[in-house]
Amino acid sequence: MNEVTKIETTLKDWETDQEVRWCPGCGDYAILKAVQRTLPQLGADPKNTVFVSGIGCSSRFPYYMESYGFHTIHGRAPAFATGMKLANPDLDIWMVTGDGDGLSIGGNHLMHVLRRNVNMQIMLFNNEIYGLTKGQYSPTSRLGTRTPSTPLGSYDRPAQPCAFALGSGARFVARGFDVSKKLPDVLKAAHAHEGAAFIEIFQNCIVYNKDVFDDFAAPKGAEDRQLWLEDGQPMLFGNEKTGSLKGISLDREALELRVVDVPDGDWEKAGVLVHNVKNRSIAHMLVELPFGEFPMALGVLYDDPRPTYESGVIAEREEATRGKDTSIAKLLAKGQTWTVSGTAADPV
Amino acid sequence: MATQTAETKPDTQIQDSMVVRFAGDSGDGMQLTGGQFTLSTALAGNDLATFPDFPAEIRAPQGTLFGVSAFQINFGSRQINTAGDAPDVLVAMNPAALKVNLASLKPGGLIIADSGAFTKRNLEKAHYEANPLEDGSLAKYDLLAFDISERTIEAVKPFGLGNKDALRSKNMWTLGLALWMFDRPREPLHEWLKAKFKSKPEIADANIAALDAGHAYGETAELSGPLKQVDMPPAPAEPGLYRTITGAESVSLGLVAGAQLAELPMFFGGYPITPASAILHHLARLKEFGVTTFQAEDEIAAICSAIGASYAGQLGVTSSSGPGIALKTEAMGLGIMVELPLVIVNSQRGGPSTGLPTKTEQSDLYQAVYGRNGDAPMPVIAARSPADAFDVAIEACRIAVQYMTPVMLLTDGYIANAAEPWKVPDPETFEPFPATFLEGLPGGEEFLPYKRDEKGARPWVKPGTPGLMHRVGGIEKHETTGNIDYSPDNHQRMTELRRDKVLGIEVPDQEVAWGEDTGDLVVVGWGSTYGPIKQAVGRWIEKGAKVSHVHVRHIWPLPKNLGQLLSGFKHVLVPEMNTGQFKTVLRDQYLIDAESLTKTSGQPFQIAELEEAIGRCLDQKCGGKLEPNDDQLPNPVGVEK
Repeated sequence: MNEVTKIETTLKDWETDQEVRWCPGCGDYAILKAVQRTLPQLGADPKNTVFVSGIGCSSRFPYYMESYGFHTIHGRAPAFATGMKLANPDLDIWMVTGDGDGLSIGGNHLMHVLRRNVNMQIMLFNNEIYGLTKGQYSPTSRLGTRTPSTPLGSYDRPAQPCAFALGSGARFVARGFDVSKKLPDVLKAAHAHEGAAFIEIFQNCIVYNKDVFDDFAAPKGAEDRQLWLEDGQPMLFGNEKTGSLKGISLDREALELRVVDVPDGDWEKAGVLVHNVKNRSIAHMLVELPFGEFPMALGVLYDDPRPTYESGVIAEREEATRGKDTSIAKLLAKGQTWTVSGTAADPV
Repeated sequence: MATQTAETKPDTQIQDSMVVRFAGDSGDGMQLTGGQFTLSTALAGNDLATFPDFPAEIRAPQGTLFGVSAFQINFGSRQINTAGDAPDVLVAMNPAALKVNLASLKPGGLIIADSGAFTKRNLEKAHYEANPLEDGSLAKYDLLAFDISERTIEAVKPFGLGNKDALRSKNMWTLGLALWMFDRPREPLHEWLKAKFKSKPEIADANIAALDAGHAYGETAELSGPLKQVDMPPAPAEPGLYRTITGAESVSLGLVAGAQLAELPMFFGGYPITPASAILHHLARLKEFGVTTFQAEDEIAAICSAIGASYAGQLGVTSSSGPGIALKTEAMGLGIMVELPLVIVNSQRGGPSTGLPTKTEQSDLYQAVYGRNGDAPMPVIAARSPADAFDVAIEACRIAVQYMTPVMLLTDGYIANAAEPWKVPDPETFEPFPATFLEGLPGGEEFLPYKRDEKGARPWVKPGTPGLMHRVGGIEKHETTGNIDYSPDNHQRMTELRRDKVLGIEVPDQEVAWGEDTGDLVVVGWGSTYGPIKQAVGRWIEKGAKVSHVHVRHIWPLPKNLGQLLSGFKHVLVPEMNTGQFKTVLRDQYLIDAESLTKTSGQPFQIAELEEAIGRCLDQKCGGKLEPNDDQLPNPVGVEK
């Protein structure tokens, strides 16, 4: 892939003239702004940028981005994006999906785009509900969620998007939430990753599933409930000043993560793990950390690139093409042929 | 290049055409034998048509009735349009093959049977109580039974193969005998075997030895009686370079040529399905022609990736068969809505649901023309033969690119697998239709992604183009800006614009394939029924009847003169391998009394049954259905006769 020239833009350059049609107070607004704020910082070029989405509230996203955009069909955005990337690897593709679009109807495509490792950013807005169809429970809704289609409460266990992504072979898995100030940093890390970069973004559906993420996303007490991971840094949360500093350590007997107190800020003594974004085993534990017992793991959970799908396809095509005759006349006349001479009326 | 001369040997009979059917167990290599015999027949300058028929099971239990695989070839020194009705020669490699295929053999036809395979166990598996080779039950045929198995083992003995491996060459022994029968050179086969078993020269040598032994067996004429050499001069053909081609190859090459004429790289998204996979296989080997193939995770992803590639500026192509086409339907609607070029190849098979995966049918016409949610007009064109599929594939690419629309190309299982001689076209004679991308606008002009040209097509803008960023999607869009627009008058106008764009596609006027422009009866066909209809109509024309044959390539939109043309006949008969789908379209479009002649047994029409139906039609009893024909391919496998 060619090194793309960095372009100077401002947030305004990424806004379209279309009226944004999400409900007032929807978390999507904050994500839209975070993306529009991040792109100028990346030096992204609107003409090479494509936003591709499926169907659902989140999937309206491309209409509000002044770039190329394709609002496709329910669940299939990964397939469209794969075709685009193979046709033009220089395109910078951002895919937007939701918990219903990406994990229910489109779960199959999401799995395959991750395992193939097509170079793009995949933002899954997780609001644990179907918003656009008026509030049915989704594959990430918690057990017992009461909705019009589950009046007595849902009884299927929720899917875990990051665990799904990692299990599918993703080489970049990150988490953020709509109003978080750190979301642009997560987006930048995803963009810097060559390959399929999966970002779960918790998003507040103000109408059908209001404030379900407040347990960790609400500003009050956030430091005790959010574990922001940073490569090379100890896994700490809480507050040293108030004496509530805690960390994550590994119980090597049980092969489980544990929350430990960190007295006097001495995390080494407390046995706190240092985050290594390339450690896949720890990543598997981080994506499954049960919230409540543990804080919510946020930031870049895993980032270990390997060759992208399109680079493999291109290399194979170049290899297969080298030295080959590309005359269509010869192609048509391939194999065993024979010649009829004379005239049609009187062939020899 | 037949080498046969006028000095006919005493035992030689002259024939202008002949139908041979090779039948054996799935593991006997009958398709390979048939394919190689086809090639040598083509090289000898005969015209030909083939019908490969194999079980849906990959390795059906040995010796069983449902494990029989057959390959029929009709070849001659005159024009051949069908794989032939009843065979003149049946090669039966085991009792099951004889049982399943015997009824179709012409009275007095020749049976060549491998008596070595008529063991007690195999006879039981084929539900024979007595050995038919010995009990006189085949008296009305010419029977030539000898131990091919044993002779093969003997021939390959020097190569030290075990019996099981040795018997794998049985088909080559049989092919050698067939080559002798029709005086065909063995050298091309030798070359082919050497190339095929390049890494295993001992296997190549064993097969060559078996082939030569079969040939020598005929030559030394240890046999007397039924086996005679047949003298078949080449068929008249236009001068030029020829090769044989199957429909799947032909579609693939046509797509490659079409993409080149559009000056576009091709992206092919596919998913394995019978009988369409062969197109994916062919294209996967043509990367040097700017082809990218992508085996997607499912049928939906296959078409969606192709639309994604079209959006990015390549020619997106996808291919499948009925059930897969059903899965792609929603994405076709999106393709229609965002108005991007796309070619969808449908190799039809028997349906509904999984239906008859390996058998042919024409029952996806409604699906192609009408089968989408909303008013979703899409051009549909159909190939009539393996060779014709090349031109049709180019035409599909042309329409897709010039009109910015998905196009469905219909072939079927028969066309996909069958082979025929093909006069290799000269690419210099093709008319290019280069795609144009909008790359900028004169200063101050507003960019309107849905502003149409004189053809009704919107501009194609590749992402990466500066200043023309825009958004597309499946929601109804404004007539010119393409922004979301749900307003009533806009939706009505957009519905009409999409309809009119497709109806306005320029298609050539309909020609009469055979016969006069007016008359008592016109037989209207589409797709793979071309061969049998042409022959059957030809027979009635020879008898002096006022019958004509019209074969429609452009199913939607229909040629502008078609209604007028059909009104010049007293009767319109529409033979189809479905329950009358094209008939419905014709009745709807032209308010004519089109009569259906249907066949839904998974078997192609035979000339004789069509000839008879035309006779009934001329006798004022037009239409009806044809019963399954137990005597033709594909056989009612596993059924006692």
